Amino acid sequence: MAEALLRVRDLATHFHTEGGVARAVDGVSFEIERGQMFCLVGESGCGKSVTALSIMQLVPSPPGRIVSGSVMLAGEDLLRLPPGQMRRIRGEKIGMVFQEPMTALNPVFTIGSQITEAIRAHREASRAEAARMAVDMLERVRIPDPSRCMGLYPHEMSGGMLQRAMIAMALVCRPVLLIADEPTTALDVTIQAGILRLLDDLRRELGMSVLLITHDLGVVAQVADVVAVMYAGQIVEYADVKTVFADPLHPYMISLLRSLPTLGTRKKKLDAIAGQVPDPRRFPEGCRFHPRCYMAAPECSRVNPELREVRTGHRAACIRLEGYWQPGSSPPVAPVTQPRERARDV
Amino acid sequence: MSEPQPLLEVQDLVKHFPIRGGVLSRVVGHVRAVDGVSFAVRRGRTLGLVGESGCGKTTTGRTLLRLLEPTGGRVFFDGIAVHSLEARSLRALRRRMQIIFQDPYGSLDPRMTVGGIVGEPLSAYGEARGRERRRLVGELLERVGLSASYVNHYPHEFSGGQRQRIGIARALALKPNFVVCDEPVSALDVSIQAQIINLLADLQDERGISYLFISHDLGVVEHISHDVAVMYQGLIVEMAPRDELYARPFHPYTKVLLAAIPVPDPEMKGQSEGPPGQVSSAMGPTTGCPFYPRCAAGDERCRAAVPDLREVAPGHFVRCVNA
Repeated sequence: MAEALLRVRDLATHFHTEGGVARAVDGVSFEIERGQMFCLVGESGCGKSVTALSIMQLVPSPPGRIVSGSVMLAGEDLLRLPPGQMRRIRGEKIGMVFQEPMTALNPVFTIGSQITEAIRAHREASRAEAARMAVDMLERVRIPDPSRCMGLYPHEMSGGMLQRAMIAMALVCRPVLLIADEPTTALDVTIQAGILRLLDDLRRELGMSVLLITHDLGVVAQVADVVAVMYAGQIVEYADVKTVFADPLHPYMISLLRSLPTLGTRKKKLDAIAGQVPDPRRFPEGCRFHPRCYMAAPECSRVNPELREVRTGHRAACIRLEGYWQPGSSPPVAPVTQPRERARDV
Repeated sequence: MSEPQPLLEVQDLVKHFPIRGGVLSRVVGHVRAVDGVSFAVRRGRTLGLVGESGCGKTTTGRTLLRLLEPTGGRVFFDGIAVHSLEARSLRALRRRMQIIFQDPYGSLDPRMTVGGIVGEPLSAYGEARGRERRRLVGELLERVGLSASYVNHYPHEFSGGQRQRIGIARALALKPNFVVCDEPVSALDVSIQAQIINLLADLQDERGISYLFISHDLGVVEHISHDVAVMYQGLIVEMAPRDELYARPFHPYTKVLLAAIPVPDPEMKGQSEGPPGQVSSAMGPTTGCPFYPRCAAGDERCRAAVPDLREVAPGHFVRCVNA
């Protein structure tokens, strides 16, 4: 068993808004091993991006605040570091890539000057050395003609090439962890495939770990080693990728996989999940998925289940899986068709 | 025993946007967003129009409704020549042709109540007023899975999926025969997409509505469509009945597109990396097949001229020299 590079324990980040406290991240724990591709998957508002921002300590404050937990990177608690040291960690130890390459880069500077600036912020390097490192990195992200790319402005490049340049900038100081937040969501599918392959190749070449955040279960299945599924600020299922897809345990994940219109499935009707994604300021009492769950029991509206190991190496947060109702029984099976539009109103 | 006449026929539709440049803002070129597109939408059926961003699929949808004026081509709706209608007749026809937009946040007026949004078409076309209008709005809301008690609420009080339902209710208000659905689920959460797709399919079954379903998602299109057309740079490169297209894709671009979709199954890991290169711009004067620069099977013939759309099997059309 490899040593964990990143250990997140009981992380909670809340936002104090006029409409109440949004518990965007509410007690999240996971570990990423060295060289691992770890996927955090969930829908909008589930807290996956805020988890990443909390690790980087980039949560806008106010209104956001990390209220509890620890983030250990190679044995060091990032949440206890003074701001100056944290600034060194960002970029040097942890690289970050965002969804919109067009807005993440500064439009008035060339790609080259933005990458060399990143290098010189963290390393003692002359301009010439920094430029050489930048060209080398652009080549590694498979940008054709990297020297020419150095002189281009962001608007002169396509979305796919810009995202490659962003990745080059994030990796130029050789971080041990890359956080990629929806890195391919703004790209076309044919371009997405190339970027995903690139991320997978680079983490092998550079021996880094990747925390990939996405809403796309297809992307997860293609690149992840380990998956954590988030719903309403909490992790509800956690296992290696094959287990999660072949043998999902949590009703949310089971329903989600059934609802996808994937290639080759020819169903008359999709098995839709009823109801809405809950508002982070008004999470339901008890299990946060229970109003939309096909196997909810009265108990589910009272108990917010903990993430527990249901089978070896496979964790889920659901009281129905813990023998709570029928001790010793195997996990209930999802019905073939679900009640139609049961919880349609909020 | 011929098929009944299709509800909508598009022939050689063209939409070019001028590019202006220089101090005098002279026209220096054209973006050939839609460059000679022909297809038919059958009665009570769905034609899926797929392609990547910038391929002209949205412009096609808007131009055939004449929300944008076409540069050329003909559009027949139930035998009526839409392309040559003057304003008054076009307005009358609009009640039969509606559109649902991608962004449920930007497409609803934030200052109008839900009742106002859904009821506006009814008043605009003199269909109903007062109590009758309120009754119809209530019915429409119930039909799309919202409570009739929402009439006095504002769009910001609703989630993305609910807003899309409001947009659908508005589009249905005048009982259209034909609806352009422009990426109706792309902005929605995964767990909400299936609800909206099911709703659109149910409405088609009930009311016999024909859809032009515009999407970049081949999985969604496979699910909802009866026929599928694939667009690349303003041209249809392949078109066929759904089962035929997915079983026997012919055009290299269609194959690439199908292979690039990440399958939610880790056992099917590591497929195509996607084609080399970028989608080239639709601005410059190009000769030859638009996909040629990225095509693995391209040769000299592809550079010479744009291939014609040829029928390779009954109802299966392909624009490729190897067809």
